Amino acid sequence: MNAAHNDRYHTLVVRVENKPGVLARVAGLFARRGFNIESLAVAPTDNDNFSRITIVVDVESAPLEQVVKQLDKLINVVEIRELSPADSVERELMIATVEVEAAERGQIMDLVRIFEARVLNVGTSAMMVSLSGSPTRVSDFEQLLRPFGIIDLQRTGKVALLSLDRT
Amino acid sequence: MQTNGGKALMKSLEAEGVEVIFGLPGGAILPVYDPLIDSPMRHVLVRHEQGAGHMAEGYAHATGRPGVAMVTSGPAATNMVTPLADAMLDSVPLVCITGQVASGSIGTDAFQECDTTGITMAVTKHNFLVTDAADIPQVIHDAFHIATTGRPGPVLVDLPKDIVDPNNPKSHFEDYDPTGHDLPGYNPKVEPDLEDIRAAAALIMESKRPVIYSGGGILKARAADALRELAELLDVHVVTTLMNRGGFPDDHPLCLGMPGMHGNYTAVTALQESDLLITLGARFDDRVTGRVDGFAPGAKVIHADIDPAEFHKVRFADVAIQGDVRLTIEGLIRAIRELCGTGAQPDRSAWKSTVSGWQERFPLFYEPWQEGQGLKPQYVLEQLRDRSPDDTIVASGVGQHQMWASQYWKFNHPYTWINSGGLGTMGFAVPAAIGAKAGMPDRTVWAVDGDGCFQMTNQELVTARNENLPIKVAVLNNGYLGMVRQWQELFYDERYSEVHLQPDLPDYKMLAEAMGCVGIRVEAPEEVQPAIDRANEIDDRPVVIDFRTEASENVYPMVPAGKTNSDVIVHPTQEATRK
Repeated sequence: MNAAHNDRYHTLVVRVENKPGVLARVAGLFARRGFNIESLAVAPTDNDNFSRITIVVDVESAPLEQVVKQLDKLINVVEIRELSPADSVERELMIATVEVEAAERGQIMDLVRIFEARVLNVGTSAMMVSLSGSPTRVSDFEQLLRPFGIIDLQRTGKVALLSLDRT
Repeated sequence: MQTNGGKALMKSLEAEGVEVIFGLPGGAILPVYDPLIDSPMRHVLVRHEQGAGHMAEGYAHATGRPGVAMVTSGPAATNMVTPLADAMLDSVPLVCITGQVASGSIGTDAFQECDTTGITMAVTKHNFLVTDAADIPQVIHDAFHIATTGRPGPVLVDLPKDIVDPNNPKSHFEDYDPTGHDLPGYNPKVEPDLEDIRAAAALIMESKRPVIYSGGGILKARAADALRELAELLDVHVVTTLMNRGGFPDDHPLCLGMPGMHGNYTAVTALQESDLLITLGARFDDRVTGRVDGFAPGAKVIHADIDPAEFHKVRFADVAIQGDVRLTIEGLIRAIRELCGTGAQPDRSAWKSTVSGWQERFPLFYEPWQEGQGLKPQYVLEQLRDRSPDDTIVASGVGQHQMWASQYWKFNHPYTWINSGGLGTMGFAVPAAIGAKAGMPDRTVWAVDGDGCFQMTNQELVTARNENLPIKVAVLNNGYLGMVRQWQELFYDERYSEVHLQPDLPDYKMLAEAMGCVGIRVEAPEEVQPAIDRANEIDDRPVVIDFRTEASENVYPMVPAGKTNSDVIVHPTQEATRK
């Protein structure tokens, strides 16, 4: 990801009440206001009453301020924080099935070693690998796998937490 | 004490101070209509659920209290979508109760099932699907809180049949009175920040051409008195948007009236030429701004609103003040008084004479009636205005008649003008007037309607008659979808496509009489006054006057779509002498 990419995509961490339909409210808001979601990850937090949604927003579709303020109007949205890549630790998980004959498995294994990825499953003419890491690193790995022929691929979308204070 | 969902709902609504419910029963809401018999709350039985929603809106507009509508599931809930969307765009406090199929049947495509909360998510401030009867008291308490605080809006509560049915054990629970709200994500900021107010006051003290741009938030915040005090303290003109007609008295020397697409020349141009827009509870709607990049190009902007999402949404604000607009205005008054102690405001006499020059040159204008023409709608409205009580409540539909009503009525009191501004819902007038009458039974309530609008919701006159809500309806019947006809004349080379209705079909007099109303037809100018006087004397049933108006009449001034407000067109007769 280059600098322009970073300007265009902003990460919002949204704490919501853990109630039925909340994801639909968030997704519906983005749809009806014409805000674009680049990725979205949602799961309960350590507190059962709340879930955490990490949304990567394309701010070319709408100013970030509008996105935040409209989100904040949803009754079930409790808190919204914008995390800049500089102040946060970002992680993403990818699993991919790559077409590879037995004789060429070594090339995939090289990439797996370089990226500290994992092999999850091996078939006669395909391998399933996974990598968790920064979204940039995951993208690099994906790019290098692509020439082999990707049969199936799933990325989780980014999750992020604020970097810790070290002063 | 044990209770059940249905009884608890009634008790909860009563605890919120509900006096009247507009509704229509059906399968899934049946169990709730049984305990309603024993409740002191009035129920107004409508003839279409959309009517219930608009009545609840009219009630809320007129009284300031939340309107309540109650209908069944499925088609009743979908019929409620339009009023909910209307209330959403005009920030009307509304609580709508809908029946739902039994919780075990949800998702099975049961009879009269629809995903009501899913469908209404985008047109409500919030909605609830209650799955546990014991939640009903708390949810109703929360629903009224959300509907009436912050930026008001509609809240829907969907109640599955089993949890309100006393014969179902799932409806039983130990009764309680809710205290407070557990809404961690809802905490509207009401108190404005003093530093924002001081920054705004400083801008005002520098401005040579300030205009107060006042919107519907003034009425929502009950800030009309504060607005008047501010305007008089500053000696600054006020424009009142379509949503704030009456929020500043039309007979006040500082009132410029309505701006926007069909606003008067002075209001439109004053905003356009201003150097400071003091924006109070308004949202830079496209009907006010015209083409946004050419709107008030030389103006700085103070923007006061309770909803921070309105700041910079359409127009950048130099000073944004988040909070209740009444508190903001009161804060501004204090800050200005402090500043006035240290120095006077700039000399604005040149600006004031410019504004009064516009008022003299470009008043509202229409050509007088000529033999052979239909009635002039403006004349009808002037007569209606002059021959009805000063505090008459006027509800309007959407279209030419709405613009003429807003232009020609003199709104000297807040809460006397009720219309569908944001959504532009044709058919709003009749049910909204009925709701207003239910809330304000001692006031004269006129619905000003067009013939197109009237044909959408007139069946509620049966409700009005049956429920003894004697409203009066002035149908400005030009036999056309008039505003669309006007656009086709001006912008589609007079190619009229599907806009001609029939002035005689239906026969409005007979239709009114069939619904238990008095029906009057007026075709000649000399019949206008007697008909209005007769209608104003009738108080035991609704009255409908079918005013046969001139079909070729257009609404002026007009800012054509896509043009800036500098391109405002006045009446052709005035336009000819303009330069």
